[in-house]
Amino acid sequence: MRASAQLQSRGGDLRARFVTVVLGYGALALAACTLAPLAGSTHISLVRVFDRSIPFADNVDAQIFFVARMPRVLTGAIVGATLASAGVVMQALLGNPLATPFTLGVSTGAALGAVLVITFGSSVAAGALASVPLASLAGAVVASAIVYVLATRPGRPMSTMVLLLAGVTLNAFFSALILFVQYAADFTQAYRTLRWLMGDLDVGSFAPILSALPLVLAALGIFAFLTRSLNLLSVGTETAATRGVDIGWTQRLAFFSASLATAAAVSLAGPIGFVGIVVPHLVRLMVGVDHRIVLPASALFGAAFLVACDLIARTVLAPVEVPVGVVTAMVGGPFFLWLLVRRS
Amino acid sequence: MLRAESVSFGYDGGFTLTDATVDIAAGAVTGLLGPNGCGKTTLLKLLCGVLHPRNGRVMLGDRTLAAMTRREVARHVAVVPQETHPAFDYTVLEMVLMGRHPHLSAFHFEGPADYELARQALDATGTGHLANRSYMTLSGGEKQRVVIASALAQATDILLLDEPTASLDLGYQLDIASLLARLNAERRVTMVVATHDLNLAASLCERVIVMRDGRILAAGATDEVLTDQTVRRLYDVEADVQFHPRAGHLTVVPIRRRR
Repeated sequence: MRASAQLQSRGGDLRARFVTVVLGYGALALAACTLAPLAGSTHISLVRVFDRSIPFADNVDAQIFFVARMPRVLTGAIVGATLASAGVVMQALLGNPLATPFTLGVSTGAALGAVLVITFGSSVAAGALASVPLASLAGAVVASAIVYVLATRPGRPMSTMVLLLAGVTLNAFFSALILFVQYAADFTQAYRTLRWLMGDLDVGSFAPILSALPLVLAALGIFAFLTRSLNLLSVGTETAATRGVDIGWTQRLAFFSASLATAAAVSLAGPIGFVGIVVPHLVRLMVGVDHRIVLPASALFGAAFLVACDLIARTVLAPVEVPVGVVTAMVGGPFFLWLLVRRS
Repeated sequence: MLRAESVSFGYDGGFTLTDATVDIAAGAVTGLLGPNGCGKTTLLKLLCGVLHPRNGRVMLGDRTLAAMTRREVARHVAVVPQETHPAFDYTVLEMVLMGRHPHLSAFHFEGPADYELARQALDATGTGHLANRSYMTLSGGEKQRVVIASALAQATDILLLDEPTASLDLGYQLDIASLLARLNAERRVTMVVATHDLNLAASLCERVIVMRDGRILAAGATDEVLTDQTVRRLYDVEADVQFHPRAGHLTVVPIRRRR
């Protein structure tokens, strides 16, 4: 028993590591969400924001903090957490560390939906603006369904190779359709499309967050349920099966929960790239590769990461805003290349 | 204890395994021999329930595998594949602890008892000193010992191995063979070893099953089944099969290919 106690302490008790990671990264995410709303064109003080002696109606600092800036910061946190953890799940599902939440066509499907509504929506129905999120959600669901049907054959596990090929092909095909629609669009519509594709966390109020939240929370719950199975899945589907993982069920749960969570995040803020790959890899460098640790750490670090990127986007060229997707790509692109070079 | 009753299997029309009946003897090491594509791997996958037979059934005790969940099967049957390439850089201890998966519920972390079983498995395979090493950086022989440790941590009474020495050099082949012999002697683990290495089979297996073209040709005690006629029928190779006094078992020396 003494030897086993030594083994445990050398390996680190998993439960203790889990608690440490959740508390540590949770504090980071909380700090990001508390400090980020302080920055902006009007200077506000954190002390005044939480000063209970001033009624909320008279507390301008609190109003700016909670009403003007918090929706955007919370959107960043939720989208960052969703994309980072969906990236972790996709990488395990595909057995490929270079996969992202967008590899299987979700984001291009969403983009096609958004572009169609931006370009043709006003001529079809009223309230086109409000239906861009719905259209992108629908586009993402259609894309996922196509990939799923292509990669599934009765009685056999999903082929990760077919999944990857179907996703890559669908991405290319939908991108071509998007260009075609863009070609038919006028300048205003084309600009709005371009702007949507860059990603924007400025959702304006808490209402869009609340409508995306149920889907996101359900997916995160499923992710948590799957973590140990994801460890085994990333070792190999047949090994996982012989260790007691129900492959068909696990693959479907992982595929649909990751796809729907990504769809919800993209419909909320557009396809913000690189969060889903940079964050999981950074986290693995810090905490190892066990999904029971990597997944919560990625969700919390992803939240902090995107809030920080958006802070840069809002402030670096103020009063002009840089699109947040440009900031994550400029941080993420070089990092991704560095990972590739390091792997080979 | 583990029995395939006239099982057939095939993808898309054709059969890779036809009407195979095998009875795996409890506590013994059984060799599974035959040329490439003869259906050895298919039979192993049917025996561990990763594949389901198109006809016939596989029985574990008095239950059919098809009626059991993956978790239930995995508590009785563990598998060591030819090679294992994880997508992420797991440590050796993490790889071994994954063997505990079928014994834990979804939100359960491994407890002291699981760590104790992992330690015993590491010790039994001589890989205790590697516990905190990265699995990916190990040599082929070390990797295979770690995967065997992971299967041992699964604490099953049956272990299926698919060409466990195929990619290893001579020294590691002998290491794995003596490791398996020792595990069988000490833990009474029932083993089925699919292999191309006839001398490994002769040294390790009390019984052998020989297959060709998706059918079972013969099954029985190694001394009786592993003969020069059998080698000729399996591989179209003329061979000398003789008892080697220094090795203490049959040895197979291939002479020439018969056309």
